[in-house]
Amino acid sequence: MAAPSYATPAERIWYYAFRVICGLIFFFLIAPIIVIVPLAFNAEPYFTFTREMLALDPEGYSLRWFRALLGSSEWMGSIRNSFIISISSTIIATALGTLAALGLNRRNMPARGLITAILISPMIVPLIITAAALFSFFARAGLANTFPGIILSHVVLGTPFVVLTVTASLAGFDETLIRASQSLGANQSRTFFKVILPLLLPGVIAGALFAFVTSLDEVVIVNFMAGPAQTPMTVRMFSGLREEISPTILALASLLVALSIILLTTLELIRRRNERLRGMSPG
Amino acid sequence: MASTDGAIKEPILAADGTPLKQALRRSQARERRAAFLLVAPLLLFILIVFAVPIASMIWRSVYNPEVRNFLPQTAAALQEWDGEDVPPEPVFQAMAADMIVGVEKRTIGRAAARINREIPGARSRMMRTAREVDEWSAPYREKFLETDERWSDLDFWRLLKRETRLVTPAYYLLALDYEYTADGEIRPRPEVYRIYKALFWRTAWMSMLITGICILLAYPISYLMATQPTRLANLLLILVLLPFWTSLLVRTSAWIVLLQQQGVVNELLVALNVIDEGGRLRMIYNRTGTIIAMTHILLPFMVLPLYSVMKTIPPSYLRAAKSLGAHPFRAWWRVYFPLTIPGLAAGCILVFILAIGYYITPALVGGDSGIFISNLIAQNMQGSSAQLKLAAALATILLVAVLVVYWVFNKLIGVDKLKFG
Amino acid sequence: MKRVLILTGSVAAIALGGAVAQDQQLTIVSWGGAYSNSQIKAYHEPYTEKTGVKIVNEDKSANALAGIRAQVEADNVTWDIVDMLQADAQRACDEGLLEIVDHNEWLAPAPDGTPASEDFIEGQLGDCYIPQILYATMFAYNTEAFPDGGPQTIEDIWDVEKFPGTRALQQIPQKNLEWALIADGVPDDEVYEVLATPEGQDRAFAKLDEIKDHVIWWSEGAQPPQMLADKEAVIATAYNGRIFNAQVNEDQPFEIVWDRQMLESDGWVVPVGNDDKMELIRDYLFFATDTQRLADQAKYISYGPARSSSAPLVGTFEDTDIDMKPHMPTNPENLETAVTFDVQFWTDYGDALEERFNAWVAG
Repeated sequence: MAAPSYATPAERIWYYAFRVICGLIFFFLIAPIIVIVPLAFNAEPYFTFTREMLALDPEGYSLRWFRALLGSSEWMGSIRNSFIISISSTIIATALGTLAALGLNRRNMPARGLITAILISPMIVPLIITAAALFSFFARAGLANTFPGIILSHVVLGTPFVVLTVTASLAGFDETLIRASQSLGANQSRTFFKVILPLLLPGVIAGALFAFVTSLDEVVIVNFMAGPAQTPMTVRMFSGLREEISPTILALASLLVALSIILLTTLELIRRRNERLRGMSPG
Repeated sequence: MASTDGAIKEPILAADGTPLKQALRRSQARERRAAFLLVAPLLLFILIVFAVPIASMIWRSVYNPEVRNFLPQTAAALQEWDGEDVPPEPVFQAMAADMIVGVEKRTIGRAAARINREIPGARSRMMRTAREVDEWSAPYREKFLETDERWSDLDFWRLLKRETRLVTPAYYLLALDYEYTADGEIRPRPEVYRIYKALFWRTAWMSMLITGICILLAYPISYLMATQPTRLANLLLILVLLPFWTSLLVRTSAWIVLLQQQGVVNELLVALNVIDEGGRLRMIYNRTGTIIAMTHILLPFMVLPLYSVMKTIPPSYLRAAKSLGAHPFRAWWRVYFPLTIPGLAAGCILVFILAIGYYITPALVGGDSGIFISNLIAQNMQGSSAQLKLAAALATILLVAVLVVYWVFNKLIGVDKLKFG
Repeated sequence: MKRVLILTGSVAAIALGGAVAQDQQLTIVSWGGAYSNSQIKAYHEPYTEKTGVKIVNEDKSANALAGIRAQVEADNVTWDIVDMLQADAQRACDEGLLEIVDHNEWLAPAPDGTPASEDFIEGQLGDCYIPQILYATMFAYNTEAFPDGGPQTIEDIWDVEKFPGTRALQQIPQKNLEWALIADGVPDDEVYEVLATPEGQDRAFAKLDEIKDHVIWWSEGAQPPQMLADKEAVIATAYNGRIFNAQVNEDQPFEIVWDRQMLESDGWVVPVGNDDKMELIRDYLFFATDTQRLADQAKYISYGPARSSSAPLVGTFEDTDIDMKPHMPTNPENLETAVTFDVQFWTDYGDALEERFNAWVAG
């Protein structure tokens, strides 16, 4: 990590200054996320480090906010709702999106550009517009304040990611592999399951994870669409942040950070496997 | 699927009957159909559950049924009126008839509410008169004028006549801070009511500012990652991906915790004696809060495309330029920078498009000086001052703006270049 | 597509299955926080105990008018009973969104036999509206911020030199404009007359301009006590019950400024489109608005019952010996300089002033 020996003094200064600047930017990116985790263990109902915490005194830390979170039927109910919504919408979005991506990747797909643009559009349209449009529409259809209504709107939000990631994983796909498989005597379905799917799977999983996270994290639409029986954790967090911010929210936030670490790791593992499969060098 | 492939693989068979060209065309049509059938379920789904609702929202923004539907006879009678003098007896008679029906069906308030938006007090005057009108008999004109002299107000009748149109641009005028005068001319609204144009501009320039800050922050770290050995680069990439995958609400609450008056940063500055108790900084619930939090949230969207482009630029280019005698900065500017433009453009458009539609973060940390147009759309969908049609008009304008940006991007770079993770 | 339909169908079945099993259920919309808690304890719990009907609370009253409009327009009403402000209730009633209430038929008479329409405090009943409580909106401050004594009058609130610090105001024109005019020297009884003129409106906004840089805005009743506790604001307008609850339950060093408190009522409405549930709704309302129930609510929050016959029954706070009477907005001492909130004025001028206010806030 040292500057090269042939560097001039000015280059040397620049070299280190540049690294310090980058360090600060990385710090800006990661510090806020790191900070809230210890604060969730605060023994006091404050959002700042107490003297005891800074002195690493065990007295300053406690699990009370996690207990408050796990002991609250309202919070747990809303977390359950969140998972009902995200899992259902992910399954539907993944199925629809993968099929569509397979079609879009066919050589003879008509109006590919236009259709891709339409399928991707929910990602581009601001959420508040989608919320405004879907809310009135679903209210008329009797789907406001119901799980199916919320799930369908999350399917809309999730499919573009599935389409994009699956298309991307198909883009590097070598069509000769299919012919090779067939010339070696494999039939249609065998080719699909043994050749296409393994190459497709990383894209499908990545797309599904995107759809899942998008749904799990969505606030704007559910804020209009959810009744008390469907209230997901994001809506509860949102109103908590507006009204009475309590460290319980930080406890949930730390759990969500843990969840994102798990997701990130999963994706990284998929990416590596994918690159190995395709015979590319890792990285 | 099987038949399609059969057709491709055995073109010779076509020779027995059909000409080869025709068979080929037919098989291609079949393949197109097969491809389309795979896309059809999602396409249909998006059209029904997304495109139709948006279209119906746009329709709502111009649909103006209140006067026409709830004061039908008055609306018809007013067509004859020239707008010069207090309307004649038939108009009042029609109004009385509409009121009697409207009171019974309880729809009169809908029409009154529409008028009250533009003439404060018109609602209660209409409601009061409507309650009495079934005891009156012709001629009605005098009775109306006796009850309340404001029934002779020409502006009221002109407004009513104007609002008999079933399709109105009125909400788009409002959304751009214009209004109709009593004579039907279009003019800017009084200054104290103007807000939306300013908010559209604020949304645009703050989004540009945030995009600019994102470039400044993303460029160095992407460059650093692209020039490090793979192992280290992957480690650094995690520092970008972790925030990217972390819930938006979590990141926003982190900034609330950090920046509020009793928050971590202020406490730290007080503890270090940089500021005193009374001098705590206001970093949140204002424009600053929105800019800081949104920059943090959107930064990964700039870093990821930039990094993926920079990764493909061989470092030897820069070295070659330098060895040919170029000053390091000149070498970088003339050789390296142009190569990163595709990534930069993708990042900019991604960040900008996401930023102009932002709602949650400005709502939580923006106070009143840091809110975006989305927040006003939401405001017009909720609360007692809600105007759903105005919200629909504002949303349509924002939608058009976003689509234009998206279209330009699609022309310049292409959607399929969007990459995640 | 078939698979999708099956999936959606099964999810729908799960979701709806829950709803079918509980048809004896009421969805009641209210304000959340300490206020909803007082209703739960005084009305909902005893009612559920008596009848077995499950009550679902939804904290959406801040959006009641827009919500009811949307539901009625979509012909899909999911709210059974809504807690609403009187001015909004009048607007919704005029627009035909609410059931018309025959107070004597729907509601219980007082214990002495006085019919409901005479028992409720005068001027509070509306065509579609059943008042529950009288509450005050007024200023309160954190005493820790003013060791030498806090603001006592409306004029003090505008005095940022003498009482420095952030003010938290509700993000609506109602009451703020009245207070601004009073602070600018308009006599209490002329406030609405002045506010009906364009000059008077300019004057009120100009007065608000003076403190705009010192103001943060709140929209939910739970926010001001939180803002005062966190010292995000040192002075705040608030509903008196919320401040009272923070004082007694959380021991917060808050002090109420009763000067020019604005008294208003809050009550129940029933959106139209609930015909098949009407019997249950009316049964609940009959129970929840009787003399004893209204008096009971005052046990949990310091709002004055809307029935005259409930007043003598008001006792102490929950299980403590804190006498509720001095904390009531209707306590004569607290009423001395009270300003009566003009519902009619706001039904007429609400639209225009709200628009101007929103433009002013965001500008």
